[in-house]
Amino acid sequence: MPEVLTAPLTVEFPFTRSLGPVQSAFLTGLRERVVLGVRTGDGRVLVPPVEYDPVTADEIRDLVEVAPTGTVTTWAWNHEPRRGQPLDTPFAWVLVRLDGADTALLHALDAPGPDAVHTGMRVRVRWAAEREGAITDIACFESYDGEQEQPTGHSGEFADAITKIVTPARLDYRYSPGRAQTAYLRALADRRTVGERCPSCHKVYVPPRGACPTCGVATTEQVEVGPAGTVTTFCIVNIKAKNLDIEVPYVYAHIALDGAGLALHGRIGGIPYDQVRMGLRVEPVWTEGARHPDHYRPTGEPDAEYDTYKELL
Amino acid sequence: MTRDIALVAFAQTDHRRTSDELSEVEMLMPVLHDVLGQTGLKTADIGFTCSGSSDYLAGRAFSFTLALDGVGAWPPISESHVEMDGAWALYEAWTKLLTGDADTALVYSYGKSSPGSVRDVLTRQLDPYYVAPLWPDSVALAALQAQSLIDAGETDEPALAAVAARSRTDAAANSRAQLRGSVPHGDYLVRPLRTGDCSPIGDGAAAVVLAAGERARELCERPAWIRGIDHRIEAHSLGVRDLTDSPSARLAAEKAGVFERPVDTAELHAPFTSQEIVLRKALRLGEDVRVNPSGGALAANPLMAAGLIRLGEAAAAIHRGESDRALGHATSGPCLQQNLVAVLEGDPR
Amino acid sequence: MSKEPVAVVGVGQTKHVAARRDVSIAGLVREAARAALDDAELTWADVDAVVIGKAPDFFEGVMMPELYLADALGAVGKPMLRVHTAGSVGGSTALVAANLIAGRVHGTVLTLAFEKQSESNAMWGLSLPIPFQQPLLAGAGGFFAPHVRAYMRRTGAPDHIGSLVAYKDRRNALKNPCAHLHEHDITLEKVQASPMLWDPIRYSETCPSSDGACAMVLTDRAGAARAPRPPAWMLGGAMRSEPTLFAGKDFVSPQAGKDCAADVYRQAQIADPRRDIDAVEMYVPFSWYEPMWLENLGFADEGEGWKLTESGVTELDGDLPVNMSGGVLSTNPIGASGMIRFAEAVLQVRGQAGEHQVEGARRVLGHAYGGGSQFFSMWLVGSERPGS
Repeated sequence: MPEVLTAPLTVEFPFTRSLGPVQSAFLTGLRERVVLGVRTGDGRVLVPPVEYDPVTADEIRDLVEVAPTGTVTTWAWNHEPRRGQPLDTPFAWVLVRLDGADTALLHALDAPGPDAVHTGMRVRVRWAAEREGAITDIACFESYDGEQEQPTGHSGEFADAITKIVTPARLDYRYSPGRAQTAYLRALADRRTVGERCPSCHKVYVPPRGACPTCGVATTEQVEVGPAGTVTTFCIVNIKAKNLDIEVPYVYAHIALDGAGLALHGRIGGIPYDQVRMGLRVEPVWTEGARHPDHYRPTGEPDAEYDTYKELL
Repeated sequence: MTRDIALVAFAQTDHRRTSDELSEVEMLMPVLHDVLGQTGLKTADIGFTCSGSSDYLAGRAFSFTLALDGVGAWPPISESHVEMDGAWALYEAWTKLLTGDADTALVYSYGKSSPGSVRDVLTRQLDPYYVAPLWPDSVALAALQAQSLIDAGETDEPALAAVAARSRTDAAANSRAQLRGSVPHGDYLVRPLRTGDCSPIGDGAAAVVLAAGERARELCERPAWIRGIDHRIEAHSLGVRDLTDSPSARLAAEKAGVFERPVDTAELHAPFTSQEIVLRKALRLGEDVRVNPSGGALAANPLMAAGLIRLGEAAAAIHRGESDRALGHATSGPCLQQNLVAVLEGDPR
Repeated sequence: MSKEPVAVVGVGQTKHVAARRDVSIAGLVREAARAALDDAELTWADVDAVVIGKAPDFFEGVMMPELYLADALGAVGKPMLRVHTAGSVGGSTALVAANLIAGRVHGTVLTLAFEKQSESNAMWGLSLPIPFQQPLLAGAGGFFAPHVRAYMRRTGAPDHIGSLVAYKDRRNALKNPCAHLHEHDITLEKVQASPMLWDPIRYSETCPSSDGACAMVLTDRAGAARAPRPPAWMLGGAMRSEPTLFAGKDFVSPQAGKDCAADVYRQAQIADPRRDIDAVEMYVPFSWYEPMWLENLGFADEGEGWKLTESGVTELDGDLPVNMSGGVLSTNPIGASGMIRFAEAVLQVRGQAGEHQVEGARRVLGHAYGGGSQFFSMWLVGSERPGS
């Protein structure tokens, strides 16, 4: 079997996250070098402060400042930092219970090596030089052997509190379409459209998906279809799609290639958009270097009768 | 419980580091054929179908819609999908059978970890405001948990190495497993966890058939009856949890009736050696219980399928007559946040 | 063994808007959940399990967000299930929750569905570029518009039917305080003059993109007996799936939709849906889907659905009101949209629909679909307990 195709697939979005009041106060506080917790109904102080009590599910809003110093409750040495992590030199992941808090905060600890880290060690916040209201305003923690720093008694109210954060997120994948689609794509490179026939119902799938979806069995027999086909239904697109360099209006159609068991989708050209009709006979138009036909144009044959394609809409 | 429901068949892929040559449906379909073939059922005979998978693993929205191609959903079928491990799909199918609306169910799940960097992908499960922006990967979080256990005197590195060695040795008898036989404990990945403490990253799929009452006896010589099944979730933030314990696993086990009588076999979904330590304690498994005779997740951990595989392996041990009462466990979320426990029994011999 | 009857004793929704900038994701779902519990006069401790649904995780950029949401939904220490069946998910989620009651696994279940589309651009989530594949040529409407044309060709429906649906639904939305779009100056002429985006679909015949959540409290007979307000009873519920694309697929009237409805009617002993069902809340993302679904669900013979719309039968004061809430055309937090349909059916039979109440509604159908007409979920609820 020829080698399957693979290609990089990057999924990258900036997410705009609106904040509830507790998150807004906490992250704004970090910007101002103030660490806030939230007090639960039974008096525990949660840092980082969450909006809902994990035990009772009660909404909690009672903000209380805690110290920027605290104690490591557990740690893990990360000798090979990964993209996006707080430090790009080896560091320890730590859970830190800040002085005045009853729960622990996850962050990084800058330390020369694993021998310099232990559970119970005292640490303090190292603030980022530039702060915007984000968890990364804490650059990391660092070892600290001084006195417990005292909170200033901040109320948790800020004049210009942030109400949202923007978090970029990039994940890199390597995409492989699998055996059947690879065969289809390789044939397209020769400007041939090759589907696969179901051994059970004998329908021809274009593009083939590896399985006949109605029979649940593998399709294997390759069948060339087209090149001509019939427009079975369509719409006229009047708004420009993002990242798509096609002048509007244009016709987006379902096209049943001759011999195919179902329609595929394509653009119709070579005819005014308002003259495209169901039943129109078309053929693919290829452009140099493109993987798929650029569009389909009329063949000049008489239109197909509705009854010949009504199952292929 | 008012209706007896059993796992009557189980199938899985050979789990591998990559499966580039196969699309998800191409990977899944042979497993579906296998599990249906074991029972002689066809898609049209199945009363309910339920699957589990994750768009984030695939890197594509709605990825499960094409996996359904492998089922042959025509005429249309009664079907559902959870964005969870297949063990929870099994749970949903179990509730469907309990209602009496169906007598048989097909449950499947699949996951390809190879296309992405799964350690990074899983960071997207974490609190999106306070934690995900730091990109703490799944191994790092498990390492924090492992250190907690070491600090508490619950384990040490040699004990963790022993869990790893036992699992891979047992996996030598499991032709489906990805890591088998002698596997070095390796270097630290995130200290205190070494490569050998971590489950392999890989691709795979699994499927089971459930059947109720007499139907189960018709389809399987020795059905694995579900005597109890339950699942529980904990708070999300690691900093509010006691990482050395798994109260959710214990509560699920209690509700499932695990503690009523001893089990002889347990298939635990512990992707890290340290998590087996936590689960053994929470589930009160003594030294006389065979834990992960399949090799467990340390031998093969295709995400989204690995939990269902634990239930399937537990059932298969009963089918083969190697177990009379087995526990199957699945987990989801960082550091065992969510746990499912099932108790399976064979008819007396 | 007979099933435990399932009652809905609480319904809660957010006010749906384009962007909820004042809450976190947790804050959004919490609002709907809290409202549903308040309606049922229950506390978090009264809930045995939580079943949550939403559409793709890429919309909010949180993988399996239920893990993070467990605390906000009072699920800690409880079972929590996450359903994802594309656009039908809101309906499917409610049905999974209902099974927990019907199968006597739990006594009281909180079910919830949401989408916070403003966290990202939802269209990105839907159109992640897949290598090797032909780029999508036409956006969301381009997927649906050819099917609408096929419907028109098949039935001979006149061009203006779609605008009648949009005009009706947007007016209904004015009576629903939770609806996203409140177009106070809507007129039929304005709908018909709106730009033709994907001919034959006009701008005013498309759904918005919303932030929102919807929740319900489901319970058994004992729970219903304690309920402070009249419950809605589930008379039938079903899911059906067929492949997304296959040789012979009927996009205009998918077999899975017909089979799903038939199963619901069988369970509820509905002989003639047109006569026996008082109102329908159906998933209509583009206006023309109203006549299409009227046929698919058995309320009209094939080719006749548009006549019900044209003659005013589906108006709020018509003989078979459709989308009393304003429908998906007025509110569309994708993952929640199916549950909003189910919840509207509940509000109607409980007599709690306020200004969009259909007088004397006793049996109402809630309908959801998704995945390119691949997944269907429906339930029929009534004011009377089944078998009583």
